[in-house]
Amino acid sequence: MKEPLFSPKNLKLLTGPLNLNNPITVQVLGICSALAVTVQLKPAIVMALSVTVVTGFSNLIISLMRNTIPPRIRIIVQLVVIAALVIIVDQVLKAFVYDVSKKLSVFVGLIITNCIVMGRLEAFAMAEKPWRSFLDGIGNGAGYGLILITVGFFRELLGSGKLFGMQVVPQFLYEIGYKDNGLMILPPMALITIGIIIWIQRSVNRELIDKS
Amino acid sequence: MTHLFDIFVRSIFIENMIFAYFLGMCSYLAVSKTVKTSVGLGIAVTFVLLITVPVNWLLENYILKPGALVWLGSDMADIDLSYLSFIMFIAVIAAIVQLVEMVVEKFSPALYNALGIFLPLIAVNCAILGASLFMQERDYHSIGEATVFAIGSGIGWFLAIASLAAIREKITYSNIPAPLRGLGITFILTGLMAIAFMSFMGIKI
Repeated sequence: MKEPLFSPKNLKLLTGPLNLNNPITVQVLGICSALAVTVQLKPAIVMALSVTVVTGFSNLIISLMRNTIPPRIRIIVQLVVIAALVIIVDQVLKAFVYDVSKKLSVFVGLIITNCIVMGRLEAFAMAEKPWRSFLDGIGNGAGYGLILITVGFFRELLGSGKLFGMQVVPQFLYEIGYKDNGLMILPPMALITIGIIIWIQRSVNRELIDKS
Repeated sequence: MTHLFDIFVRSIFIENMIFAYFLGMCSYLAVSKTVKTSVGLGIAVTFVLLITVPVNWLLENYILKPGALVWLGSDMADIDLSYLSFIMFIAVIAAIVQLVEMVVEKFSPALYNALGIFLPLIAVNCAILGASLFMQERDYHSIGEATVFAIGSGIGWFLAIASLAAIREKITYSNIPAPLRGLGITFILTGLMAIAFMSFMGIKI
């Protein structure tokens, strides 16, 4: 491999998933465990980092082993690799950010069945070289994180007037009658927020519009 | 008895897998285009939940929990294997899905054909692993509670996907803004349905 580590083609693997090939809004992967952790910004960021680490390294490991895995049992091999990585992430979270780990509860474990991880392994890592697979994993994790953090930002700001647990909506606004929107904290608004993000993204990038 | 009934109703309406926890969203969004296939998937999910959650409950209580190995002898009482639970649960689920697939193919080819490719895909449906992890976190005291919880979650998931599919079949005739078509409107629909389901909150039996 003579091309430089960050050639334009490789960089595209990193930036593509941020917008035009976003795992959540375009590929429809990994919505499962994501939305419940976006009530506040901090758990959303921790979740985004965890998923990025797992997608990056599982892509790398599977790509290194891709020629030795028998195709018939590849799903179980992939699941074992992912589950091992998720256990590491879970133990690290429990050791260093215990309160966030409590808030994420079952959703850390659910990274195992997060469709982004499996989807990228099947679609990319089984056929590509390790370095490119690693970049693809990091890129998709970041694209997922971007949506998670955007949703978390709006839900925490509008729902409780805070960011990272600190008050940002000034007191005088409350005095003249501004109220936090309690509905933003409840699960349904996560779905509607994502719906609106998709609407905006597709209005800007007309080529993403559903033809059917 | 009322306690079991309470768990059952809670897991269908109040703690609905899709509307409260967003579990199994991938297949929920991908398969809900027609009512017929989504009914098939809903039945398959309920079926697999009904088997995996009780099996994982046995695993959790007799092998993984701190002190669960005490039936092997009192010197095993302080062994804690709970860090292995993710990998054990997913292995059990993958194996059982495979087993269920073989059994259904042998004894009921009609059901097997109806379920089609959905059966193997259920192994990576977050609702299945999610139910096992909730069972672990909420610490159900008997296998009966775990089973009732599994059936309730399955029926809740079934209701959600079948009703979304029915709405999507109707909505093809509506005039939706072009950028919102497809995925966007589906998200907003699910959000509105979730708001409707919130009215069940606070029901106490």
